[in-house]
Order: sequence, then structure tokens, then C-alpha cells
Amino acid sequence: MGDRSEEARKAKLIVVDPRFNRTAAVADIYAPIRPGSNIAFFGGVINYLLSNDKIHHDYVKHYTNAAFLIDPGFGFDDGLFSGYDEVKRSYGSKDTWKYQMGADGFAKIDDTLQDPNCVFQLMKKHYSRYTPEMVNKVCGTPKDAFLKVCEIVATTAAANKTLSYLYALGLTEHSNGSQNIRCAAMIQLLLGNMGMAGGGINALRGHSNVQGITDMCLYAQTLPGYLGAPTDGDKDFATYVAKRTPKALRPGQMNFPQNFPKWFVSLTKAWYGNAATKETNFAYDYFPKLGGASDALSIFNDMFHGKVNGFFCQGFNPLASLPNKKKVGDALAKLKYMIVIDPLATDTSEFWKPHGEFNEVDPSKIATEVFRLPATFFAETSGTLTNSGRVVQWGWKAANAPGDSKDDAEIVAEIFLTLRAMYAKEGGAFPDAIRDLTWAYNQPFSPSPEEVLREINGKALVDLTVPKDPTKILFKAGDQLPSFGFLRDDGSTSCGNWIYCGTWSQAGNNTARRDNSDPSGLGQTLNWGFSWPVNRRILYNRASADLQGKPWDSSRTVLKWTGKAWGGNDVPDMRPNAAPEEYVMPFIMTPEGVGRLFSREIMADGPLPEHYEPFESPIDNNPLHPKVKSNPVARVYKADMEAFGTAKDFPYVATTYRLVEHFHFWTKYSQANAIVQPEQFVEIGEALAKEKGIKAGDRVKVRSNRGFIKAVAVVTKRIKSLEVDGKQVHTIGIPIHWGFKGTAKPGFITNTLTPYVGDANTQTPEYKAFLVNVEKI
Amino acid sequence: MQVNRRQFFKICSAGLGGSSIAVMGFSPTAALAEVRTYKLARATETRSTCPYCSVACGLLVYSTGDRSKNSQSEIIHVEGDPDNPVNRGTLCPKGAGVRDMMQSKDRLKWPEVREPGTNEWKRISWHDAIERITKHMKADRDKNFVTQNKDGVTVNRWPTFAALAASAATNEGGYITVKMLRTLGVTQLDTQARI
Repeated sequence: MGDRSEEARKAKLIVVDPRFNRTAAVADIYAPIRPGSNIAFFGGVINYLLSNDKIHHDYVKHYTNAAFLIDPGFGFDDGLFSGYDEVKRSYGSKDTWKYQMGADGFAKIDDTLQDPNCVFQLMKKHYSRYTPEMVNKVCGTPKDAFLKVCEIVATTAAANKTLSYLYALGLTEHSNGSQNIRCAAMIQLLLGNMGMAGGGINALRGHSNVQGITDMCLYAQTLPGYLGAPTDGDKDFATYVAKRTPKALRPGQMNFPQNFPKWFVSLTKAWYGNAATKETNFAYDYFPKLGGASDALSIFNDMFHGKVNGFFCQGFNPLASLPNKKKVGDALAKLKYMIVIDPLATDTSEFWKPHGEFNEVDPSKIATEVFRLPATFFAETSGTLTNSGRVVQWGWKAANAPGDSKDDAEIVAEIFLTLRAMYAKEGGAFPDAIRDLTWAYNQPFSPSPEEVLREINGKALVDLTVPKDPTKILFKAGDQLPSFGFLRDDGSTSCGNWIYCGTWSQAGNNTARRDNSDPSGLGQTLNWGFSWPVNRRILYNRASADLQGKPWDSSRTVLKWTGKAWGGNDVPDMRPNAAPEEYVMPFIMTPEGVGRLFSREIMADGPLPEHYEPFESPIDNNPLHPKVKSNPVARVYKADMEAFGTAKDFPYVATTYRLVEHFHFWTKYSQANAIVQPEQFVEIGEALAKEKGIKAGDRVKVRSNRGFIKAVAVVTKRIKSLEVDGKQVHTIGIPIHWGFKGTAKPGFITNTLTPYVGDANTQTPEYKAFLVNVEKI
Repeated sequence: MQVNRRQFFKICSAGLGGSSIAVMGFSPTAALAEVRTYKLARATETRSTCPYCSVACGLLVYSTGDRSKNSQSEIIHVEGDPDNPVNRGTLCPKGAGVRDMMQSKDRLKWPEVREPGTNEWKRISWHDAIERITKHMKADRDKNFVTQNKDGVTVNRWPTFAALAASAATNEGGYITVKMLRTLGVTQLDTQARI
């Protein structure tokens, strides 16, 4: 959507946002929306596309699950899908959300899309309630602005037109954030925009390596490369592997996740070497089993209740970045010990220290022992970062870090090797995995990024021969592998993260490549860095061509069938010799081979996105179904439920966000940024300011049911009040960047105000829509 | 033969014509025409990407020193990398100011500890820090490690220890971290990806 596409293809820029922001100022269309009403808006767009027949028919019919038949018992009534368990606040049974299966073992489909139980018809029915009038009532978006957005979006249903969808935390930080993203994906599938150059769903994520750290899976539910982590429910290795190795749901599909055993076994070889053998079930017992909820909110809730003793806090400032600062601070005070690893003196590291009204605590009553270890910053160490477009780029070290700082790998190595020595000497609980972990780095206390990336990439452990001709050697023992296609499940290959296989092949460090040539003119710089998987730049790019393999738009060919193989301007996301007549569909990571308009039993809160109000909502009822107001399956702890406020006491909607001049809670430490945005402020619309007697520059107090902050008022035309369900709703905008540490003027932690509830699937906190009151100080 | 600007004018004012300078066996280098030499001309250029958001704009980082062993380098300038297809030389206000971030007065310089009930930091050595940390960890792990759940399934986890990992760390730093944490039995693990 950059200047290039605006000039070259006359692209239109649409901004939907509660604030008329800087992007809105240069947009073709701006539509205001009430925070927390996104699904009503999206549902309206889906309804518009379906009822006006503005969809890419061939694409929808063949490349999505529109034709798939769903269990006849599936239903949606009064805000709830079939199978709801009110006591457990969850869908106890999702059996009716499944495909109808045929006698041949495959899912049943109806090519005519007419069967009342096919996804297409279910979707049509579900979204028929989302009329432009309903969108206006729920979102406050003027009907004409909404319809203008729909009209432009609908033009991209043409085979040679695309829509690129960009989003950030504005969509994810809601109690139904995952379903927000699903809505966007469904619209892109209906329009035939997935897999196209200039199409797709493009997340603008929040940290320089948030993609890479997600890929390495530094969160509980998965192991590197998104391999589902073992849980208490997997009684043994065979059960674990079987559960995660799906069978194809349609004939002839690639069903790529069927390779799970190769990826997992190669990981066990990278970590546990000779201790990972067939006889030991590849060290399956060395992997800890997940016992229940494990995410930042559940972790801090456990900590709050005294169930956590030690906390390892690496480059993270939870006191500032998690909801309900008071609860988070109280939780940290229950720890025995905390290890902070950071380049900066963070607010979290001083949660125990009084900082006036910004942090009112009594250190004599806090028994937590806090260690603070200085870490390097970005150009003080070499290594790779992966951006939102999955491009892995190598960065080089430019200078030493100040003082005695060490990089993360060195600090981890010191802790680990010291522990290992202690276990070797004294014994202790389950020392086996600690003893057997591979640590073959030249300098064990300082693993180099080059060595680690080679380990992540993976190698042959024995001579690998061609399966059909054992006399031919493919790779010699010790060779770095070029692709995960060569990984095996018999222990003959090792690989720390299968999707990164190819980053460091026998050709060397492919992430350091710097050839920026773009022969296709599509921005496909295939020799710049390395894009996982296998240097593919556009995922599902088989969908950029029709059933016969002819590009939908020949002026931007991503992939085409050449008669013998797939070729074009990207690495094919398809078996290279899969002829079109074999009918191998593009979405190779699903067992059905197609994109999911209906998500089967995968989501916690329903197979089709439905609008639910934020947990703190300015209106009395959900206009779509009065009986079910907010997400019926979002996890809320009892005390946090009681800490929700109501519109009676807190009549204004608040939404938190970032400024272009600041980065989260970092740049308050940087003088340049502290100069351009020195002091904490909140944005208040002119109408509300007038009502409350607030002038620009006045100091105001903003309160939620969990606490208050004080800030300077910026009175603005950029946030207008909207009429929602017959009521004028004002929104207050609250930038997040301040705290009690740093160079910028000390301020309150914004998350003092925010509610402790997350998305029903990911537990991403609901920072974008909650209730506050405001008064002049 | 190298001459600086002042010497060059001195030579000229001594009555020599410009053309005869070359005859005398030297020609003025390009630097002679400059008012002063640019700092960046003798700086070391290092390629990196921005540490802030996940767009990954390319950066050129300029530092003093030539990377020789024992030389101390200081970063004196950062600008967008015109070769990088992501940003083609441009930077936002955050990236443009990143040098101040690296040189923030709030950078940590050595290990410190805050002991229970006190209101101050104490500087400690790396050795002491690691020893005290690992003692806490081992005592906690040995006491609270769960080898089997109530159904007799081997679970090998350490439920009383939690970790939040950095989404700004490198892939290599992150990988080493998760490799250690899982091996210790940590399942209470999360990262900024969710926040």
C-alpha cells in the first residue's frame, strides 16, 4: 500500500480507526469506528460481499472450504454456537463444528455450494444479520462511510485486483482479537487475495524480532518451529506424535504437517544428541509436559497467588506492559527471587522502589531478591532478526556494550553451565536432561551466533543417501542441510528449528546475503537475506494462479505451471511437479488443502467470528443478541471480573496506543525521543472536553475501576464522539509510553488502568477497549 | 605527499601556479577542496537492522576505531541503509534517534542485587551474581520439580519458576534461551508476542 503501489496501480488507501490519525490524513477514505466493535464492521463487509455477489467465485469454490459440509447439528442461537457449557464457560463439545465425513474417509463437499449445511450457506446465514444499519448501530460508523469502504474492497474480487490488509495491535488487543484477524483472512479468501503479490494479511508486529522469537517458540504451547509442545494429555511418545500428525481430509492433498515426526525427531537430535535414540523415544521424557494454562496473564495470576518462586525476566518490562499494574506489582512482591536481564534499568526491575505517586510501595515489606544483569543492545552483538515478512537478516556487531554487559547467549550459558556443574557434583531433581543437553560450542561460556545458527539450521548426522538409490550420497555426515525436505525421522538428521532449515546451508550464511536485485519488479528480492520457509517470499503462492496454473494476473506473476514444473518469481509453495490436473490445492498446511472460511473446532470461541462487546462496554446490551454480551468463553479470574467497571461509573471508552515518536517503554530512556515527546498526555475530543470544562494543556486525572493516571489533556478534533445504539459515546486516547524510569519526564504507567482479561484463544490483553472517567485536576 | 588545507594555501601563496604543483610531483587530493574532512570518512561502517518494530529497516552504523583487537569503538552516527529493500535508506523518528538509545544514561553497566526488604541496589561481580542466582534456582527446582502427575504420566516440569523472554533478542539468543529453559523443565514461559 506504499507510495509505489499508489502511483503504479492507483491503489486506494482505506483507514478504519477510532482516531483520525496521520495515515488517515493521507487516506482516500477514512471511517471512524468505536473501539472493540471490529467484528461487527467486518461481519458487515462479509455480508456486503456475499449479498452483492462480490466474491472471486473460482477461488472461493476451489481454494477455500466454502463447499465443505458441516455436521447438521451445527447451529448458532442467541449469541451461542452449539455445544456451549455455561458452567465451564467453554464449548464443552465441538463435535457439531466438524466436517461431515464420507465413507471414503474424506470430508464431504457440495460443489454447487447449495447444500444448507455447506460452509458457504452457513456463512451467508450467519452474516445476514450484519446489515449496514447494524454496523452503524454497533460501531457508530456512518452508513455512507461504511458502504464506501465496502464498495472499494469489493472491487478487488476481480481476478486481477488485490487488497493488502495491514493491521497491528489495534486488532489483536481485544477479548476477541483472534477472531478479528480471522475476519480479515476470511474477507481476503472471499476476494481471492491470499497468495497474491500485493495481497495477504500483513501483521505489523511490535518488536524487532517478535517474529523470530515466536518462530523459536519462547512460549509454552509450542517447541521451535511451532511443533505442539507435549502436554499432560499425551500419555506417551506414540500418542504425542500421532495426535500432531494429521491425515489428509481430501484426496491427493499435500497435508504438509504429516511430516511432524521428521521435524520433532530432528529437534531432539539437536538438543539431546546421542541421548535421543529410538530406544529412548528420542528423549521424549526430557521435554516438560504442559499442565494447564501458561501465558503471561495466567503466569502472573499464579504469581499473585504465591505459586511462583522464581522469575526469569529477559528483555521484558511486565510491570509496564501487562494489564492492571497494581496486580502485577503485588505479584512480583510475592516472588522469592527475580532475575532481570536487560540493557536498561527497567520499571519492572524497580517494582519494589518508591517513585512518588508513580510507584507507591514499601520496600521494607517486599522480600523479593532482585538480580539485575546488564545485557547487550542490538548493534553490540551479531546475529539474526526476523521481520514481520519472515525475512531473516544478519546484523553485525558495531561496538562493545557499556561496562561489563554480556549478551543473552553468554548469560544463559553462564547460568546453565553453572547449574550443570552443580547437578554433576551434588545431584538433584531429574539431572538427566541437564546432563545430556548438547553444548558443543567452541567457547562453552560464549556460544557464537554463527555456531548457534548452524545448529538451528541443521545437518546430516550420517551420510544421507538417495532413498531409491543407496549408492548415491546426497549429503555427507556433518553437511549443513539446504532444506527441511531432507530431514528424517530416524535420527539421522538434526535441526533446531525446521522452518529455519536453509538459513545456513553448505553455501554459508544465507541470512547475510545482500543482493537487492528485483528482476520481477514485484519486490521479490530473493537474494536478500533468507525468508523462511525455504526462502519463499509469499506464502500459499500457488493460489496466485488458477486451477490450470495460469496466473490470475499475468502482470504480476508469482507462480505459473510451465508444463513440467512450477516456476515464476518465487519459490513454489507446492510440490514442484504437482501438475494442475492432480488437483493439489494451495493451502498445504491444512489437511484439507484449502483456506478455512469456517475454522472447524480449532478456535475456542466459534468456527465463525461473532461480535461480542468488550468486557467493559459503554452500552447496556449486545445489539445482536441481548443474552450474550461479551465473549462467552474468554477466561476471567474471579477477582478480575469483580474489578471490571460499568458505564454508570466510568462512562467513557478508553483505548491505548503508541506514538510515532516512541517505542513501547524503551525510548523514554532515549534523549532524542524524550525531546520530541517529553511528557505524558491523553487525547480528548472537543465535545467531551467542552462538557467537562477541560482546556488544552489542563492536567487531568483518568480513572478506571483499577486505578488512575494523571496527564496533560490534548483536546483534539481527531477523536469524534459516535452514536452507538442510540447513545453518544466518547473515546479517550491514551498513549502508553511513560513510566517512572528513564530520561523522559516521569509519568504513570498506563496499564494501571487496563483490565486483566485476554483474547479467548491467545490471552492477548484487552488494551484497546475499556472504560474510564476523566476529570480536571 | 599529503598536504592539509592550510599547507595547500601556503604553497599556493608562495607564488607557485596551480599547474606547477603537479609538476613538483604531487597532486592535491580530493580532500583539499573540502572545508574539513568528514568524520564518517574515517569511521567504520557496520550493517544492521533497526532494534525497534518488526519492519526491520536496514541501518548503517558508524563507529570510531577500525575493529582491531583492543581498540574501543564508539558509535557516532546511525542512518538508513539505502541498499536495504525494506526501507531504501529511510527511517522513522524512532530509528533515526537510535544512537541516543544505545548511549542512554540508564544503560546497565554491571550486575546488581537488591536484597529482601532493602531500598537500594548493591553492585556485585558476575561471579557472585551467577552463583547466587543458580543457588536459588537449584534449591527451588530440587524442592518443587514434578516428575509424574497424579495419573502417573511422566511430566518432568518445574512449575514454580516462570520466564518471560525478549522479543528483541536475536534468534540465536532466543534459541539458546528456550533450549535451556525447556531442559530445566520450565513450562511457565511466555514472550511479548502475545502482548
